[in-house]
Amino acid sequence: MVERQSPLELELRTGSHGDFEHGIEVILSETRPGSILQLAAWPGQEKALIAGIRTVTGLALPDGAGAGSTDGVRSVFGFAPGKFTVVDEAEGLASAFANVVTPDIGTVTDLSHGRTAIRIAGPKAEWVLAKFFAIDFALPAFPVDAGRSTMHHDVFAQIQRTGTDQFDIYVFRSFARSFWKALCHASEEVGYEVQ
Amino acid sequence: MLITCPYCGPRDVIEFTYQGDGNRERPQPASQDLDAWNAYVYDRLNPAGDHNEIWQHSGSCRAHLRVVRNTLTHEISSVAFTRGDHKVAARHKAEGKS
Ligand SMILES: [Zn+2]
Repeated sequence: MVERQSPLELELRTGSHGDFEHGIEVILSETRPGSILQLAAWPGQEKALIAGIRTVTGLALPDGAGAGSTDGVRSVFGFAPGKFTVVDEAEGLASAFANVVTPDIGTVTDLSHGRTAIRIAGPKAEWVLAKFFAIDFALPAFPVDAGRSTMHHDVFAQIQRTGTDQFDIYVFRSFARSFWKALCHASEEVGYEVQ
Repeated sequence: MLITCPYCGPRDVIEFTYQGDGNRERPQPASQDLDAWNAYVYDRLNPAGDHNEIWQHSGSCRAHLRVVRNTLTHEISSVAFTRGDHKVAARHKAEGKS
């Protein structure tokens, strides 16, 4: 496969930055998944689509708006009624869905080249993200595995909580560098490490 | 102002786009009833109180919502998906759509 170039390349500087002398409280990284898909069910076909996601990824989606699931390699979460983001470390997830999500169930859109995945982890991840997004990041309101879609200065973002102190953020590739730089600036006060 | 999206929960108004007066009834595209088109484009109730509105949660789930907002207090008393809307469903039925 052709090596995919990261839009963050010019700005991604590994190492410690900001006020790190008092400790590193946030770790930023680009997870570079091979596949990022958007799946949408036609009205009434939601259960069939959720079953298809389980068939292909092995991930069982719990009930409820914004519910999600992850096994560390593959992740899925709902971001709108009947719509789901599915992510895999490996490439080729779209073709795996081709025979499962048939045209009478819904649609599969391959966004692997259109989105950039940024991970923020650490004890102050919630704090830094709360400066960015007008949503509640507290654990009871935003449980582990759940997904949310929202905006930062009109840049659409999808966020999945993949750990108590860890969030995966999916942004448009064309806005990713600007978003990354803003995220670095916002992390300076707590001390951050880029991996 | 917060709007509680039935999918996303309470969100800031900045995530939403106003899609217009929810009381309007759009004539059929081929309609030549000028009074009906005039009413659709210009006639507004302009109430000082509860107002039916269509909003889109454009900055999140992108669902279209039927919202009742008080024009005096900005209190939102009801939010529902337009999908499954009785008026829309009835019109689709009349046009032979499912
Ligand atoms: Zn919503």
